[in-house]
Amino acid sequence: MTHIGRSFFLARKDVVGIVVLAILLVVVLPLTLDSFRLQFVGKYLTYAFVALGLVLCWGYAGILSLGQGVFFGLGGYCMAMYLKLEASSVENTKIQSTPGIPDFMDWNQITELPFFWKPFHSFPLTLVAIVAVPALFAFIIGFAMFKRRVGGVYFAIITQAIAAVLTILIVGQQGYTGGINGITDLRTLHGWDIRTDAAKTVLYFVCVALLFACILLAYYVKSSKLGRILVAMRDKEDRVRFSGYDVANFKVFVFCLAAALSAIGGAMFTLQVGFMSPSFVGIVPSIEMVIYCAVGGRLSILGAVYGTLLVNWAKTSFSESFPELWLLGLGGLFIAVVLAFPNGLAGIWQTYVAPRLGFLSGTKPTDPGAAPVAAE
Amino acid sequence: MSSNDDFPKKFSSTRRTFIQGMSLLPAASLLGTTSLFPRMALADTPPTAQVNTTGLAVTDSEVTVGILHSVTGTMAISETGSVQAEKLAIDQINASGGVLGRKIKFIQEDGASDWPTFAEKAKKLLVNDKCASVFGCWTSASRKAVLPVFEQYNGMLYYPTFYEGLEQSKNVIYTGQEATQQIIAGLNWVNKTKGAKTFYLLGSDYIWPRTSNKIARKHIENFMEGTSVVGEEYFPLGHTQFNSVINKIKLKKPDVIYAIIVGGSNVAFYKQLKAAGIDLSKQTLLTISVTEDEIDGIGGENIAGAYSCMKYFQSLDNPNNKEFVAAFKKMWGEKTVIGDVTQAAYLGPWLWKMAVEKAGSFDIDKIAEASPGIEFTKAPEGYVKIHPNHHLWSRTRVGMAQTDGQFKVVFETPDLIEPNPFPKGYQ
Repeated sequence: MTHIGRSFFLARKDVVGIVVLAILLVVVLPLTLDSFRLQFVGKYLTYAFVALGLVLCWGYAGILSLGQGVFFGLGGYCMAMYLKLEASSVENTKIQSTPGIPDFMDWNQITELPFFWKPFHSFPLTLVAIVAVPALFAFIIGFAMFKRRVGGVYFAIITQAIAAVLTILIVGQQGYTGGINGITDLRTLHGWDIRTDAAKTVLYFVCVALLFACILLAYYVKSSKLGRILVAMRDKEDRVRFSGYDVANFKVFVFCLAAALSAIGGAMFTLQVGFMSPSFVGIVPSIEMVIYCAVGGRLSILGAVYGTLLVNWAKTSFSESFPELWLLGLGGLFIAVVLAFPNGLAGIWQTYVAPRLGFLSGTKPTDPGAAPVAAE
Repeated sequence: MSSNDDFPKKFSSTRRTFIQGMSLLPAASLLGTTSLFPRMALADTPPTAQVNTTGLAVTDSEVTVGILHSVTGTMAISETGSVQAEKLAIDQINASGGVLGRKIKFIQEDGASDWPTFAEKAKKLLVNDKCASVFGCWTSASRKAVLPVFEQYNGMLYYPTFYEGLEQSKNVIYTGQEATQQIIAGLNWVNKTKGAKTFYLLGSDYIWPRTSNKIARKHIENFMEGTSVVGEEYFPLGHTQFNSVINKIKLKKPDVIYAIIVGGSNVAFYKQLKAAGIDLSKQTLLTISVTEDEIDGIGGENIAGAYSCMKYFQSLDNPNNKEFVAAFKKMWGEKTVIGDVTQAAYLGPWLWKMAVEKAGSFDIDKIAEASPGIEFTKAPEGYVKIHPNHHLWSRTRVGMAQTDGQFKVVFETPDLIEPNPFPKGYQ
C-alpha cells in the first residue's frame, strides 16, 4: 500500500473533494439560495447521512439493507418524542382531558405518559438514545442474522420485512406513537423556537457540520485496516473467514455504524421539518434511500451526498414544474443512471472527469474500493 | 421583503385619490363601460390598503389563493374531485364579480400523497406566494402536517374531508362533517328502522376509522338500548385480503356490518364480500367511507344494497344541487361523479368569499372572527352555517347504493346537526 499523497487517513484527492463539498454547502448554497430553498437543502442533507451509511454497509461491506428507513425513523422518533414532550407542557395542553401528555395520547384515551416516553424528558438522554436505540436495534438484527450466516439477498428481504413490521407497529399503536399522522406540531428545543427562519438556518449549519463529521468518520473507517477487511469480506468472504477473522462481528459493526449514521440524519430531519411520521420508516422510503446511494455511486462517500442532493432536487423541481408528470421523469432518471452509469455520479467522475485533471488522479490505484466489483 | 409590502399600499392610496377625483367628474359614469374600471369594481372595490393590512397577495384587481391536494400518488384518485370542485367554485365566483371586487387567481401545488410534502408546499403557499387562503388537504395526516404551518404563518385553510374531530383551530374552517355528525344519526336510524342490535366494526388502521369506531362503540354500548358490538377489526391501509374477517362475520352473524375501510381496500372488500355469498340486500351494511367516487372503483353491482352515511349525495333532489351537478359536469365531463367530499370542497371558496365580504377585509384574523354565523343558502347539500368552532352545521343522510353507482337517499335528519368536535361521553 503506497502512501504517496496521503495525509493522516485522507488521500489528497479526498481532501480536495471534501473542501469542494464544504465550499458548496457552507458558502455557495447559503449565499445563492433564499432561506426557504436552503431549508430544503437542509432536509435533503439529512438523507445524505443514510446514503453515507449505505456506502459503508453496501458499497464497501457488500451488505445491502433495504430497511435503512427503520433507523432513520427511530432516530427521528427519539428526537420527536423529546420535542413533543416539551411542546406538551401543562399550560399548552390545558384543553385536554389529561393535560401535560402529548395531544394524540389524549385523543386515544391514554391518561398517563407511557414508561418508554419518560426518559425523553431529558435532553442528554435523548441525544444518547438517538444513536443508541437504532444502533442497539441494528445490533440485535445483525447479531441474529450474521451469526447464522444469513446474508445477501435474504438479508435484504429481512430488512425490508422489518421496515414493514415497524411501520405497521407504529401505525397500529397510535396511542403511543401518533399512528399514521406521526408526531406533529413540534415547537421548541430546550426553549429555543425551531420554527423560525433564523433557527432553520442555524439548524442547516449544524446539519452540515454533523454531516462532515460523519464523512470524516466514514473516510477513517474506509482507510483503516477494518475498512480493508470489509472490502475483502465483500469480495471473498470465505477467504477472510479462513484467515481467522470472525466475519459476522465485522458485519454487525458496519451495520450498526450505518444505522447510527441514519439515526443522526433522522434526528436532524425532525428538527428541521418539525415532525416525524411512519412514512419515513416503510419500504418505499428505505428503497428510495438506496437509490440516492446508487445514483451517487455506492463506492463513493462524497458521491452519496451529491446523489442525495441531485435526486431530491430533481424531485422537488420536477414536482413544482410538472405536478402531474413528475414521477415519470424521476423514474426515467433512475433507469438512465443505472443503465448507463452503474457506478453512479462517482463513476462518471472517475471515468471521464478525473483522468483529465491530472493532480487528482495520482492516488487512484490505491483506493481499495475503486475496483467496480459487483457485490451482490 | 418589507419594501415589497409597502409598495401596494402606496400604490393603492394614490389610486384611491385618483378614483375619488375621477368620481367627481360628470363623465365618471362612462368609466363603467371600459374594461379597466368595470362598474362593479368602482362601486364595490375598497382600496387594498384597507382590506389587506398583513401583506397578503391582494392587489386592486386580484387576490391569490392556493389549492393544495395530491394529484399524484395513492390519494390522487380521491383528491382530484376536490380540486375540480374548488376550481369550479373559483370560476363561478369570478364570473359573479369576484371577492370584494377582485378576481381570484389560484396557485396549485401537489402534495403527492406524502405528508412532509404537504407541509413543504403549504409553507411555500403561505410564505412565498402569500396566499390569502388555501383550499386543500384530504387525509387527516396531511392536515396534521400542515396545521402547525398554518398556525405559525397565520394562514387560513378550508379543509373538505369528513374527519375524526378532536381538533379546532382559528386557522382552519372544516367544511366536512366531524365524526359525531356522521355516525350517531346513522346508528340511530339503523337501530330504529332495521331493529339492529348487534354490530361488527371494521376499519382501516389509522386515526379516522379508529376514532370513528370508538365513537360508534360508545354510542352502541352507552346510548342505545340493548345493542352491542360483537367484533372490531382493523386492516393496514391498502390491505386486500378480507376472507378471514368475512368468515368471522359469517360466524357471528351481526345485524349490521359497520365498515370504515378506505381507498383501494374497498374494492377488494366488497368484491370478496359478494364472492363469499353475503348478499347486501339481506345483510345490512352501513359505511361512512364510501361515496360515489369509491363506487366508481368498487363497481355498483358489487355494493348495491349497502347503506352509506354522508351529508351529501349526488342524487340529492334540490334546485341548488341540480344547478351544481350540471355546472360540474359541464366543466369536468359527463362521466364525472360527485361525492360527499367534492361537495364539501366546493363550499370552501364560497364560505371564504362570504367571510371576506362580511369582514370587509382579507386579513386572516378578521376572517376567522367573521366566519361563525355565516350561512350559505346556495349550498348543494341544502343549507349550511358555520359554527363558532369553525365546523359546519349540516344534516346527516343515509343513502342506499344502487347498481348504477348512485345512492338513493332513504333518510335525512330533519334538523341540522350541531358540530361537536370534542364530544362528551364519547372519549
